[in-house]
Amino acid sequence: MALPVYADPLERIWYYTYHAICVAIFLFLIAPILIVIPLSFNAEPYFTFTQKMLTLDPEGYSLRWYDLLLTFGMAAPDVPRDSSWWADAWANAHWVKAAKNSVVIGFWSTIVATVLGTLAALGLARNEMPYRRVIMAVLISPMIVPIIIIATGLFFFYSNPCSVIGMECGRLTSTYTGVVLAHATLGIPFVIITVTATLIGFDQSLSRAAASLGASPQRTFFKIMLPLILPGVVSGALFAFVTSFDEVVAVLFIAGPEQQTIPRQMWNGIRESISPAILSVATILVIISILLLATVELLRRRSERIRGVTPQ
Amino acid sequence: MTDISSSLTTADGRPLKAALAAAQARARRKAFLLVAPLLLFVVVTFILPIGQMLQRSVYHDGFSKAAPNLSQWFSANPEGTVPDEAAYAALVADLVQMKKDKTVGEAGTRINYTLPGTRSLFTSAARKSESLQPPYKEAMIALDAEWGKAELWGAMRSSASPWTSDFYLIATDRKRDSDGSVVMVPENQRIYIWLFAKTFILSGVITFVCLLLAFPIAHLLATLPMSKSNLLMILVLLPFWTSLLVRTTSWIVLLQGQGVVNNVLVSLGLIGDDGRIAMIYNQTGTIIVMTHILLPFMVLPLYSVMRTIKPSYARAARSLGATSWTTFRRIYLPQTLPGMGAGALLVFILAVGYYITPALVGGADGQLISNLIQFHMSKSNWSLAAALSGMLLVGVLLLYWLYDRLVGIDKLKLG
Repeated sequence: MALPVYADPLERIWYYTYHAICVAIFLFLIAPILIVIPLSFNAEPYFTFTQKMLTLDPEGYSLRWYDLLLTFGMAAPDVPRDSSWWADAWANAHWVKAAKNSVVIGFWSTIVATVLGTLAALGLARNEMPYRRVIMAVLISPMIVPIIIIATGLFFFYSNPCSVIGMECGRLTSTYTGVVLAHATLGIPFVIITVTATLIGFDQSLSRAAASLGASPQRTFFKIMLPLILPGVVSGALFAFVTSFDEVVAVLFIAGPEQQTIPRQMWNGIRESISPAILSVATILVIISILLLATVELLRRRSERIRGVTPQ
Repeated sequence: MTDISSSLTTADGRPLKAALAAAQARARRKAFLLVAPLLLFVVVTFILPIGQMLQRSVYHDGFSKAAPNLSQWFSANPEGTVPDEAAYAALVADLVQMKKDKTVGEAGTRINYTLPGTRSLFTSAARKSESLQPPYKEAMIALDAEWGKAELWGAMRSSASPWTSDFYLIATDRKRDSDGSVVMVPENQRIYIWLFAKTFILSGVITFVCLLLAFPIAHLLATLPMSKSNLLMILVLLPFWTSLLVRTTSWIVLLQGQGVVNNVLVSLGLIGDDGRIAMIYNQTGTIIVMTHILLPFMVLPLYSVMRTIKPSYARAARSLGATSWTTFRRIYLPQTLPGMGAGALLVFILAVGYYITPALVGGADGQLISNLIQFHMSKSNWSLAAALSGMLLVGVLLLYWLYDRLVGIDKLKLG
């Protein structure tokens, strides 16, 4: 938006003020995320820049908080760092355990959400779909309904899931299955939204062409349709994974100590004694989200290119 | 007309109309079958649990199950009957049984919800119940004068049926008077209505601030060339992808008393070392952090609407003599309304139900209704938590319905 030649002085002043305002707002958006990165290398247990850090003295920086992520909870953190030390960290360190749980829960809930969500999006994209509006509204609602209400509902439901059919059976609280099912539900709206958005640009005559050439419906789907909508499916899956990876309220309500995840560990850290180790976790998570964002953007561009949709 | 269409047939001799209808029904069935597994999944893991939870807001059998004799007396005698000897005898019989079954705590708790401060009445009466001699009315009143009060009997009557509206009354700061009419609780005891109002007001403030901040940058992004705006868009999308807890932590680090912002202000000499500003663990903290977290939800819909606004309208207005302010106000702003509406509604819906951020940075006065639901859950006051959830849910679903009518949920975009 260049300044037009006919602008009067007042408009010129406004033009520069406006850009300054925009810079300030962008700073508001991004600064809090970037500020944790240098602070996580603080050599002192403070949450602010020390004098040594400001003068870029190497002594002001250290990796001690990253080290703490590995040693916290270990059986014998002070022995020499050989293979048994690493085995100890892998098996006992609290943050490592939390990371393993987060990845496992995230993986399975993503699989469930993506498979069911993609199938449903295929149906919802068809013109013949009955009650599309209502069903779509129901499927998107886990994103809209406050998480506290969902978590409360699951807390009761999981204590005896079979009570609906008037029977008694095991409980789902404090189980991996319970957390995975809850997180899959929360991830479904994202899969539906991204995959239906991709299907809007999908040319149905391609599947008809495949069918007319004798391909079975399954073959048409896997050979023609899936490759074309794959970028949308993958970004939906990434959204679902991030949703699970970042979810804490449902975990607080329905998970047991065995299902400790990274967000829950952070939650405890923030609520009880906030230590700079939280900042090193935060830094790692910021780097992960940068990678995920880059992947999704690349996928989006690829999807636009192969479908011939130009962004507007 | 009907004659012609019914006379048309397919190659195998069936009427065309019937064949077409059958084919369409088949296609509908196929489409529905694709959606069915997910629909079933969502019903089981989402709708059923919430429905079951909401049932608790109108159902509590803590007292009715433990006091069968009294329940019988209540159903035999209409409301307003002064409790007679038979009523007190039923009460004592129930108390004896409660003591045996160890259910007096649960039953007393149920009455306590409707009439606070009565739980101990039940536990102590149950302890002494076996030694009581008829006439029971005098014996009970001798135990504690409270047992003769109409208010307590009113509370027992409304608890004697497991289906109750009591929890919705509590959640709207109302109670039943001794004569059974519904009245507001005294001014100084009203908490829930006020908290609902506060939640909506704070959400409104956050929505407004988001709109104020999102408008300039969405405009900038929409008017810049694609290559540049895509780069700047990363600054909006990165917060969107970053963990909520990370963003909340960062703000704690920035805003706390010994945090970065206060340190900078002190070193600049703007505030004294003893005058550090409390920006977190209070309402201000909730507003700042939630604005930051919800801002991308406002920028994205605004941006996608602003992209479609043609600059030629503004140029035409300018060429016809409008000032730049008039052009903005009369030409540009009205065209951005759909984007503003979509973004504002979405941000408001998300803000109303927010839990994590207020819980972590809200301190005492920055708590929202979700936090109160959690509080009652942790106190095992499940029915009240369910009633509050029910009210919040109705509010959110109304807004959701409005969003669907005005914007359309299929227009939701993520990045």
